[in-house]
Amino acid sequence: MDTESTYSGYSYYSGRSRGSHRHGERSRDRHKSRSKDSRSEKSVTINTPPAEPLLGDSSVRGEQVQDDNWGETTTAVTGTSEHSLSQEDIVRITKDLEDSVGLDCRRYFTLTLAVILGLLVFLTPLAFLVLPHLLWPEKLQSCGTACEGLFISVAFKLLILLLAVWALFFRPPRAGLPRVFVFRALLAVLVLLFVVSYWLFYGVRILDSQDENYQGIVQYAVSLVDALLFIHYLAIVLLELRQLQPCFSVCVTRSTDGETRHYNLGQLSIQRAALAILEHYYCDFPVHNPALLSASKSRAAKHLAGLKVYNVDGPGNNAAAGLAHSQSRAMIAAAARRRDTSHNELYYEEAEHERRVRKRKARLVVAVEEAFTHIKRMQEEEQKKAPGDVMDPREAAQAIFPSMARALQKYLRTTKQQHCHSMESIQQHLAFCITNNMTPKAFLESYLTPGPTLQYSRDHWLARQWTLISEASVTSGLKDGSVFLLKCVDFSLVVTAKKIPYIQMSEEYIDPKSHKFVLRLQSETSV
Amino acid sequence: MSVNPGQPVVAVVQRIEIKKLRQGENLILGFSIGGGMDQDPGQNPFSEDKTDKGIYVTRISPGGPADVAGLMMGDKIMQVNGWDMTMVTHDQARKRLTKKKEDVVRLLVTRKSLEEAVKQSMGKKYPCYKQ
Repeated sequence: MDTESTYSGYSYYSGRSRGSHRHGERSRDRHKSRSKDSRSEKSVTINTPPAEPLLGDSSVRGEQVQDDNWGETTTAVTGTSEHSLSQEDIVRITKDLEDSVGLDCRRYFTLTLAVILGLLVFLTPLAFLVLPHLLWPEKLQSCGTACEGLFISVAFKLLILLLAVWALFFRPPRAGLPRVFVFRALLAVLVLLFVVSYWLFYGVRILDSQDENYQGIVQYAVSLVDALLFIHYLAIVLLELRQLQPCFSVCVTRSTDGETRHYNLGQLSIQRAALAILEHYYCDFPVHNPALLSASKSRAAKHLAGLKVYNVDGPGNNAAAGLAHSQSRAMIAAAARRRDTSHNELYYEEAEHERRVRKRKARLVVAVEEAFTHIKRMQEEEQKKAPGDVMDPREAAQAIFPSMARALQKYLRTTKQQHCHSMESIQQHLAFCITNNMTPKAFLESYLTPGPTLQYSRDHWLARQWTLISEASVTSGLKDGSVFLLKCVDFSLVVTAKKIPYIQMSEEYIDPKSHKFVLRLQSETSV
Repeated sequence: MSVNPGQPVVAVVQRIEIKKLRQGENLILGFSIGGGMDQDPGQNPFSEDKTDKGIYVTRISPGGPADVAGLMMGDKIMQVNGWDMTMVTHDQARKRLTKKKEDVVRLLVTRKSLEEAVKQSMGKKYPCYKQ
């Protein structure tokens, strides 16, 4: 929670306005000793670790060396310290320290602007009410009943305004967007102009002339607060309500494996639409597994390696362009003529792989079911009778884990998921399932199908910085046919937007008594 | 033959006289009928016009009285003993054919080949049955 001021929710505006190399992952921050960690409370986006390989076979991940043979060699858990640092983390820290200084200055600048604006807005009505008493108390008419009633109204309206602004703006920023959030900037300018114009009027007509009609001054302050509430209403409509009604259907495709999803979005700017899509991405798309793409890459490499085209005329040829053209045409023609049996290989390879996966899955399911039969939940009465040999869920998980470890590891290897699950995470999941009385099938569900990215360890989904690539300006709105890319280190998401068409609906009334039926007979009688 | 509601039906017909055969207690004619006002005309395989709700001969027992008399499968029965059969229900048709007191039924039937045969032999003018 931000402890600085009431209107610091405008930091949302600041958060949106600047791109960032931020470090989030607060739990990690607590573990590591950092000199500058005050920035990291609010943000979630993480910077890219330099040259981090996500292919997992030889992974040196996180805090422990992943031993791929843990299924065969382990019978007990060896704990590792959660406070250890790996080489990657040290590099990451130094990179963070270098990059973040300049950006945080900008962020603090916008934060202070927002705070100043907030204070100005909040204190202006109070100033309007208090200044006459300070400057010309003897000339001032005494405040009658109606006037004091207005005091109450000012107080409550200010309170409501405070709560409303807290609810709308006072939220931790979810992400850092590349450009200024246009609506927020416009609203801030509007509020500033509004308050300045009220001050101008007050200064000229009331302070200079030292107006004695205190009730008029109080009504003036009340009108200011009313107008601020209406501006807040405008803010709600522009920022929250306008994009709720679905207007566009966007089609999101992952470039590496073609996973496609469709979402409905309202009228948003491209950067906000990109943010909404990314939030859906983490929930809906199955996790990106680069190990599954190696087969198609090797096939592509074989195609290229099949034909070699030599330039027999020597280097530095004048007609180089024409030569390259004819070379490529010759290659394509030759490739088409050559009898290619790679489709045959693909077919049999896939059939074989399918068979192998099914066999391993069958063994795994049997092993897990058998393992689950070894433990039983103890009832309350039994707990008092037999105090010995009682285990908590973690110990129970560690006890039955070795019997299924080998089958599980073999299955993960066959489906190329072994880098997604560490031994520690599997045991944690097993303890979780045991605690919540889940069946073996429920335990296995997260390993049999690749789940959404959120399901996996934080390494997988927090180590991302996304780049928005767009031909149109990113603060312009989505239009029919807009295309943009969201690029991250390993892959990119291609997004196409289509407008939802105008739907013309008409009605047709059916009288309930009009439902009548006849039998369709076809008899044949012999005479 | 045309079936326009309200208009007289025009068709070339053949007279067929069938003597009923006694089988035990029953008098049988040796054929089966289908169709009728209460039946579904779309399922009639013999009619040209699928809205025709007339009575059609759907089966002839070989060697039976109808076969001997020259009735053919697919014939539309227009009259039985003077009673009209073009606008009757299936059950009414059955009753008119199976009256116990009658030994002989005189049918007027029509089929497509009759019209063509008459057209060929007589040119444009040909005797027609008017109802």
